[in-house]
Amino acid sequence: MLKIIKYSFFDLLRSKWSYVYFLFYLLLGSVLLFLNNDLSGAVITLMNVNIILVPLIATVFGVMYYYNSGEFTILLLAQPVRRRTVFTGQYLGIAGSLALSLVLGLGIPFAAYGLFRSAAIWDFAVLLLTGVALTFIFTLLAFNIALSNENRIKGFGYAILLWLLLAIAYDGIFLLLLAHFQEYPLERFALTATVLNPVDLARILILLKLDISALMGYTGAVFKQFFGTGAGSLLSGLVLLLWIFVPLWWLQKSARKKDF
Amino acid sequence: MILLIPPAVYGQKTEVCNTCQTRTITGAIKKAAPFDTIVVKPGTYREFNIGITKPLTIIGEGNPVIDGENKGEIITVQSDHVTIDGFTIVNVGTSYTTDYAAVRVVKSRHFNIRNNTLRKLFFGIYLEKSAEGKVVNNTIAGDAVNEYNSGNGIQLWYSRKVEVTGNTVQNVRDGIYLEFSDDIAISHNKSTGNLRYGLHFMFSNNDIYTDNLFENNGSGVAVMFSKFIKMHRNTFRKNWGPSSYGLLLKEITDSELSHNTFENNTSGIHAEGISRVTFTENDFADNGYAVKVRGACYHNTFSHNNFLYNTFDLSYSGHINENSFNSNYWSDYRGYDLDRDGTGDVPYRPVKLFSYMTGQVPEAIVLLRSTFVGLLDFSEKVSPVFTPAGLLDHTPEMKKNTW
Repeated sequence: MLKIIKYSFFDLLRSKWSYVYFLFYLLLGSVLLFLNNDLSGAVITLMNVNIILVPLIATVFGVMYYYNSGEFTILLLAQPVRRRTVFTGQYLGIAGSLALSLVLGLGIPFAAYGLFRSAAIWDFAVLLLTGVALTFIFTLLAFNIALSNENRIKGFGYAILLWLLLAIAYDGIFLLLLAHFQEYPLERFALTATVLNPVDLARILILLKLDISALMGYTGAVFKQFFGTGAGSLLSGLVLLLWIFVPLWWLQKSARKKDF
Repeated sequence: MILLIPPAVYGQKTEVCNTCQTRTITGAIKKAAPFDTIVVKPGTYREFNIGITKPLTIIGEGNPVIDGENKGEIITVQSDHVTIDGFTIVNVGTSYTTDYAAVRVVKSRHFNIRNNTLRKLFFGIYLEKSAEGKVVNNTIAGDAVNEYNSGNGIQLWYSRKVEVTGNTVQNVRDGIYLEFSDDIAISHNKSTGNLRYGLHFMFSNNDIYTDNLFENNGSGVAVMFSKFIKMHRNTFRKNWGPSSYGLLLKEITDSELSHNTFENNTSGIHAEGISRVTFTENDFADNGYAVKVRGACYHNTFSHNNFLYNTFDLSYSGHINENSFNSNYWSDYRGYDLDRDGTGDVPYRPVKLFSYMTGQVPEAIVLLRSTFVGLLDFSEKVSPVFTPAGLLDHTPEMKKNTW
């Protein structure tokens, strides 16, 4: 499996996409920090990137990579390697490379700016951690969709739809439900709905680290209390892991059954 | 001729020091005749319950310390024309049944409390049914931790025509507290880091406060149940927390706010039940909510203010009720000015859809800064559907207002 991970990883390096992605974040991070001079503001802007661009790029990359390396995958499958190993390896290779680009691309300008000496290091750590988690989750979901759709157009369509659903439409439905049931106590519902969607979870985890969380008043206090406890952080970590392990299990299952 | 000169001029002078004939302030007061001057030399005087019942001028030379040793109240003034100048007063007793103060003035007029430093206190300067006096240039530094066992820095209760000027109050419960006190002028004070309010007004009318700084207080400044208040050139900064605000206005009528600065507060102004209040030429910068208007507000005018880079400029619930928001500068305004008259040709809507939604459903705030909300605000800006139709700035300024 390590060999396959390595292969996918270097394949991406050769195709220069990793570099482009890395340079994009490097540029974004540097521009934000050195033009803005405000760490907390930069973290907020990066949070917006985190919850829109990171999932989108992971989704598109995942689908694209799967379709592009289709022939090579079939070649690999002809060798005495387990299907599970092939697909998991490819997935980890691409997700790992994307995550590395993200961490290095944002990490280098922040480190150069003197992050390690500032108090914002934990805000930034949460930012990177959620970014990495979102990369892994959305690449995996994209892989799943691509695997079960031979038709590339359909596969792309579904993948984008999934991104749209989780990153945008989910919040719309969430807001509608809140407005509709406004007579009822909604804190628990809001909390559950937030934890269940990885994009919302990432957003809240970052927001709670920042001063801006004071705007959230009573509801924010409830959230802070929840995520401040060991159980709360454990639960949110668990949910993020579930978002990886369940689709991974599904990927392996459908890979085993698929007729190439 | 002699009769025309005020009596204080020819009063006797007594000196108090550790080696003098008179070694205690209490002793000196007992011996003194009305309108005498008592000069207290440097040193520490362990005294409490110092009662002043005749007109006296008591001056501390070189900062003498009066140490109450936590036994109770330190100085009580019960006479007109008393001046207390230049003391350091420490260790006021804490009690759950009596409001011990470092200096208390009871039913007196023409008092002057100036240049004192108060530390380790319960209540600082407590004016009770007193009038026409001054509290000037005092420094009050408490070490309050809990609201229930701490007192206020400067408290006015049923007092009239008092000047509170140039004082610094920090780390007490309420920095300056007024209850049933009219015609008070509060200016050039600094009230910072207090547990509850920097300034707290209740049932006090015709008061004016100018050029004060209120920073980092637990919940900011509260002005409640009062009429004819004037607030000019004050700065409200860094009152940040889930239930903090720069200035809370509750049940206020016929008042004026101008040239104030609201910076970095969770809510710059939180208004509830206010009528005929004018907000002119104020700066609202970097607040969470610049202005929050809650129910029962009538005929209020916001004009020529600057709203700069607030997360939300305005949160509004209830009907328009003749409140107006015209001729302000909004940093979020994206309109144009074709006829070059200095005001935008397209009206500005200060209430974003999301801040309107959170007014209806407070829990919706969990969607703060999500992509969907961004889209929603954008589409609402392009074609407004939900936000209250009349809530407009018809003549938004193109340039920042200056004064």
